[in-house]
Amino acid sequence: MSATIDWLTSSAQWSGPDGIPARVYQHVGYSAVAVSVATLIALPVGLTVGHRRRGAFATSALANASRALPTLGLVILVFRLAPLSIWPVIAALVVIAVPPILLNAEAGIRAVHTDAREAARAMGMTGSQALWRVELPIAMPVILAGLRSAAGQVIATATIAAYVGLGGLGRFLIDGYAARDVGEITGGAIVIAVLAITVEGAFALLQRRLGRDRSAPSSLFLPTPQPKESQP
Amino acid sequence: MNWGWLRHNIDTVLAALREHVQISFAALVLAVVVAVPLAVCAHRWRHAWPPILIVTQLLYTIPSLAMFVLLIDIFGLGERPVIIALAIYALVILTRNTVEGLRSVPPDVVDAALAMGYRSTARLLRVELRLALPVIIAGLRVATVSTISLVSVGALIGSGGLGQLFIQGFQIDNPIEVWTGILLTILLALVADLLIVGLGRLFTPWARAVT
Repeated sequence: MSATIDWLTSSAQWSGPDGIPARVYQHVGYSAVAVSVATLIALPVGLTVGHRRRGAFATSALANASRALPTLGLVILVFRLAPLSIWPVIAALVVIAVPPILLNAEAGIRAVHTDAREAARAMGMTGSQALWRVELPIAMPVILAGLRSAAGQVIATATIAAYVGLGGLGRFLIDGYAARDVGEITGGAIVIAVLAITVEGAFALLQRRLGRDRSAPSSLFLPTPQPKESQP
Repeated sequence: MNWGWLRHNIDTVLAALREHVQISFAALVLAVVVAVPLAVCAHRWRHAWPPILIVTQLLYTIPSLAMFVLLIDIFGLGERPVIIALAIYALVILTRNTVEGLRSVPPDVVDAALAMGYRSTARLLRVELRLALPVIIAGLRVATVSTISLVSVGALIGSGGLGQLFIQGFQIDNPIEVWTGILLTILLALVADLLIVGLGRLFTPWARAVT
């Protein structure tokens, strides 16, 4: 315990390229890039599939497969492609972020009540107008929940990716473990936990701000009343 | 690809698979044993649920590797911190689904059980928990698959399981070993999932489709 406090309060940890601020910056940077790219890929697909109300089986298969994929193995496999570059590992983070964003977008849009969809049509909206003006706002809490879940998984996997040499906060755990430095391991783990909880909290606030329905499921594994066929 | 490796090291692979199953099973049993009573309490005393939800959600947010190393301080090296950490993640999912399941039991049914003379414990065990079973099983499926996938991260802190194949495959640059680990993990998750679906159908004959 005291070793951890010493490590966390030592001034060496709070400056320079190996300090906590620099590592937090790296970690958030990798994660933000991965989640942004994944959003650009997954959101259009999820919205389209949900809007057309097809492919429920394919998306539930994707949900199961993505949950079973061991991230450490994936990271090690992609690392071999180009050991000197961080991009294969970032691509692996994108792969991990795509399923929760896609699945929640799909489930959220699919769960929009038929009354709302028919009202939009009765008002003369085209399919894409109904999607953007009616279905998307209603599905927003569920879509944000997907982003939140993706961010959490990416932050966790970026930590693991330190094993194959990625920077970021995982370095403290991997290097500390190699050096048997209890203070560094525990201190690093505390910083990572605080970062993850902060990001989760930020998304929760955003969800409250943008979402109308506060009782919306905060993650995919909660049983929601409407989209029965798309639940894992 | 060095296919010969697989033929000569089948024992290593099977031993890793066995450890993987043992660790996952221990974590899940621990999670069920804690989650169901916790959920029953949260269902009985409604004001206990929000704080339980907040604490478990916070724990769920902590990344796996960070959770493992934080638990080394308490439980030492090896399998124990991994089992405890995975049990914590699984119990978050299970507690939520059990509470949701108990809440989904129609009040009429509970009243009918009361009228038939069921006392509270018997009502809970023979009516409420049984009717909540489909939702609990849905949670158990998610918890099982993610537990099996996360066991391999434990290899980074020296725990056994298929993650050892990742570490060794990385160190001696042997992709076939990493592929073996990945495919066996996914296969194991699939088999466990099917097993739970099958058991679920057996115990919930009235609900044909367990989603």
